[in-house]
Amino acid sequence: MFQNIGEILILFWRTLMALPQTLQHRRKVIDQLFEIGAASLLMACILSLFIGGVIALQSGPVLAERGLSSYIGGLVGLSMCKELAPVMMAVLIAGRIGSAMAAEIGSMRVYQEIDALRTMNIDPIRYLVLPRLVAISVSLPVLVVFSILVGWFGGAIVSMTNQQIAVPLQSYFSNLSEMVELDDVANGLIKSFVFAVVIGIVSCHQGLQTIGGPRGIGRSVTKAVVNSIVLILILDYFVTRFLLYFEK
Amino acid sequence: MNGSTAHQSGVAVQVRGLQKSFNGHLVLQGIDLDVAPGEIFVIMGPSGSGKSVLLKHIIGLETPDAGDIQINGQPIQAEGVMDQYRLAMVFQSGALLNSLTVGENVGLYLREHRLKPEKEIARIVGEKLELVGLKGLESRMPSDLSGGMKKRVAIARALAIEPQLILYDEPTSELDPLMAVTIAEEILNLKSRIHVTSIVVSHDRDLALGVADHIAMINQGKILAIGTPEEIKKISDPLIQKFLTVEFQKEKAL
Repeated sequence: MFQNIGEILILFWRTLMALPQTLQHRRKVIDQLFEIGAASLLMACILSLFIGGVIALQSGPVLAERGLSSYIGGLVGLSMCKELAPVMMAVLIAGRIGSAMAAEIGSMRVYQEIDALRTMNIDPIRYLVLPRLVAISVSLPVLVVFSILVGWFGGAIVSMTNQQIAVPLQSYFSNLSEMVELDDVANGLIKSFVFAVVIGIVSCHQGLQTIGGPRGIGRSVTKAVVNSIVLILILDYFVTRFLLYFEK
Repeated sequence: MNGSTAHQSGVAVQVRGLQKSFNGHLVLQGIDLDVAPGEIFVIMGPSGSGKSVLLKHIIGLETPDAGDIQINGQPIQAEGVMDQYRLAMVFQSGALLNSLTVGENVGLYLREHRLKPEKEIARIVGEKLELVGLKGLESRMPSDLSGGMKKRVAIARALAIEPQLILYDEPTSELDPLMAVTIAEEILNLKSRIHVTSIVVSHDRDLALGVADHIAMINQGKILAIGTPEEIKKISDPLIQKFLTVEFQKEKAL
């Protein structure tokens, strides 16, 4: 395990050192941005609509019983932007994109494509890892912005249509804008950036470590997804603790 | 391997005491060989004798447990040595990048190292593909090609590098006899045109005896003999003789 952590940190460091060459690889970055961002947007929005809805559905009646239903907008707003959107989007992207990264790089390793790159003096980290890491670090926070907005909207629909809650749209958004500050959204975006780096590096590392044939690729994909999700959930706690220091 | 400092002549390769083991199994047991600049050096031997592992060491894909490999007298493990030369390897499987088209694969080295403008790269790609009989297939994906065609694209990709040292891992396997002859001719042409040093791993006796300046016979990770094709033919070692002369006999098989 410690060897893996060490290798991941070295890979991260080497990718950071290659960052100034991002412009040279802009075509690959754009391809990856489309792959990660555009292809996941619809699924992210559907998921977020229902997450926002279910928070309102669960907490709305409890608040209403205590005469606090006017706070539903703030509750959904804060839950979405500080916790649920970054974590749920990270889990979605780990499953959808982390697995694809590990499979693609793993297959390139097994079928000697990475060896071929190295014989041509093309650094696999610059050619494969850098564009993926840059693209996921940009696209995950963007997806989280969409997720937050759609999640708020999902909560608003449920709050308005559910008989037990029955909060009009205007009150919902008025309370939301009163309670949610720009810092709270920034909080979620910082988290999502950290999660994006974790997914990108863990998945690429797993792909580069692939040995064996198709079974090896399968193992790498599973490890990439499971390790990414475990790290996301553990880091979520520590990043939250860290960000709390900066809150007023 | 960097184009900016490349010289247009072959390099000398020297291997001394090369040892490598995988999971306790000794694959290379003290290999010594010298390849002169511009010569075609063929390594022959039975399957599993360590030929491909030896090639991977020479191009720096494997790190030896012991021993030393030098290019033009410089150890390849030393910082920056590999960057001074243009090296290419034709893998047995072709090892084309499946996400790129044939044309992108062939022009990959030139494009990634920004050695030529796009128009020039397109011209070189077309020229190299024509050389291996695949003219006009630039936009095809590797998954649309047969095994032999992939091998030819891999050779075109290596040729596009205009290398000083080119390593071939079974270059004629999966090719029909006509294409095998074309590839053998191209190996010879490269030698006379740009004086490239070629190290060829092959089971193909006709190829080996036809193109080699020197042949090394290898078995179980050890060099059995090194010499010109004529010298190798005269060696009385039973394994070498069997390897060079064995023929399939239908009567015996039945």
